[in-house]
Amino acid sequence: MSVKNVCLVLMMIVLAGCASKGTKEQDGLGYGTQSGAVAGAQSGGVSDGSIGQGAAIDESAAAGPRASLKNRTVYFDYDRDDIKAEFREIVAAHGRYLATNPAAKVRLEGHTDERGSREYNIGLGERRAQAVKQALLLQGAGASQIGTVSYGEERPAATGSDEESWALNRRVEIVYAP
Amino acid sequence: MRVMPKQLLPKFLTSCCLLLLALPLQAQLQIEIVGGVARPVPIAIVPFGWQGAGAAPFDVAGLVARDLASSGRFEPLAGRDLVQRPTTEADVDLADWRVVGAEAVVIGQMRETAAGQYDIEFLVFDVLRGQRLLRYRQPASAAELRLAAHRVADVIYEKLTGVPGIFATRIAYVAAIHRGGRPDLYRLIVADADGANEQVMVESREPLMSPSWSPDGRKLVYVSFENKVAEIFVQTVRSGARQKVSARAGVNGSPAWSPDGRMLALVLSRGEGNLDLFTLDLGSQVLTRLTDQRSIETEPAWSIDGRSIYFTSDRAGGPQIYRIAAAGGTAQRVSFEGGYNARPRMSPDGKRLAVVTNDRGNYRIAVLDLERGYSQVLTDGRQDESPSFAPNGETLIYATRDGGRGVLATVSVDGRVRQRIPAAEGDVREPAWSPFRTN
Repeated sequence: MSVKNVCLVLMMIVLAGCASKGTKEQDGLGYGTQSGAVAGAQSGGVSDGSIGQGAAIDESAAAGPRASLKNRTVYFDYDRDDIKAEFREIVAAHGRYLATNPAAKVRLEGHTDERGSREYNIGLGERRAQAVKQALLLQGAGASQIGTVSYGEERPAATGSDEESWALNRRVEIVYAP
Repeated sequence: MRVMPKQLLPKFLTSCCLLLLALPLQAQLQIEIVGGVARPVPIAIVPFGWQGAGAAPFDVAGLVARDLASSGRFEPLAGRDLVQRPTTEADVDLADWRVVGAEAVVIGQMRETAAGQYDIEFLVFDVLRGQRLLRYRQPASAAELRLAAHRVADVIYEKLTGVPGIFATRIAYVAAIHRGGRPDLYRLIVADADGANEQVMVESREPLMSPSWSPDGRKLVYVSFENKVAEIFVQTVRSGARQKVSARAGVNGSPAWSPDGRMLALVLSRGEGNLDLFTLDLGSQVLTRLTDQRSIETEPAWSIDGRSIYFTSDRAGGPQIYRIAAAGGTAQRVSFEGGYNARPRMSPDGKRLAVVTNDRGNYRIAVLDLERGYSQVLTDGRQDESPSFAPNGETLIYATRDGGRGVLATVSVDGRVRQRIPAAEGDVREPAWSPFRTN
């Protein structure tokens, strides 16, 4: 329970931070959501709520405040569900986007590599999806914006039986609703 | 299954040298024997007589020979070594059979008793003791001739080994078809134990998983992602009728029928993100929670008295097998060898569990003796999974990988008799052996 309280406090701090940063970030990504009006309400600095202009996507940095929302796959180590350092900012960027666009929805699809039994792997995939969900919530995303599904090992991205394929399969995919 | 008749093989065969190639089939599955017992019993199966015009409607002796050969315990004599071709007892001279080394002889006749109705009558002789062991009559309609021939093989097998045969049983399995690398078509298939008579129960662009038979062999329960989330369906094999039985928020998984057919054990996350065990009374629809752990609890398997459920839990760090009372209570750990034991399946005698175990980095099938506590690794692949016992307890079918493809395989519980069963198309996985047929 005390962990929950800590998380709540953190969320409040982060949300407070978001409100003031909103004016600086113009992620005109064209997701087709009603983000225009809402962004206008939240960020104040964007004129008349329209996001038609948008800024170019900065894909170069995997970390940093302008981390690309085009990175939508989070990879995991074997038998782990903790989010590795190199993916934290990517997840945080999605979390902030969701926080500032309450109409946006994502589906987190959890996957594992092929090793071990299938239904147990459904459990591992679900754990990974939940880990990403928690990280998004910490950034202020709403629980109703986030759905999770686990495919276990059933939908691999790579079909080889080697370390390289396995690493590509241990993942959560962040899928935005159209 | 088709086994090409070979010349009489030396009696002492080591399990690693024997390889009989199957003729290519139109059927999805092809059985290849890759290992047999050290000394399979030479048996003469004489083509059955046919009292009717034209050719016999079915080659019963041929199918019986292939079934008995597939067990690895029998070695049918080739056609040219059949010194006589008797169809009646009066024509049988066991001294002749002793000369060619046969230890048992099967003869028989088929006749039409009414339009589309047949009688198959057969006799089994013990050559060494010089006596008739069995005389049996098996009726069949035209549509049932293949099944009747499997039943003939079952009767002979049980007479000679003391163990019921499984030639008239069925298997369910999932086929994943690839187009362009990744699987994008899934089928749940029921076939005869020899791979013939495939019936597609359901086909989907989304994954299908975890098929499990009802105790009466009439229905299958399984997981389908056809609605983009995991849901549990029950389907009647004969009619194909389907019914959704669990589509709760979050994961719905691992369905397992209770031995009395009245309940399902299943796994739910209920939107909370961690998997727990539940039972669902199919009549009253009452859902009962069995576990409430932050760890993964999954893959339930009932004891044969229906009082306990074995399952996988990683509450101790890595997955291990636990047992809990079917009504709920404290779980007790039952697997202690190695750091990964999962996916328990109960043997028909209730004394052993087949599990997936990590054996020095390889995922293999082991059998855990519940009374004595020790386990024995039976397979030698790298990605072996999904074991299922044949209903006579002698054999396990499981999924493995061979040449980059998912194939099925069987292994006898003593580890000696092995078969590989690749599919004609795509990967096959998650086999489930049916109960004995009751109909």
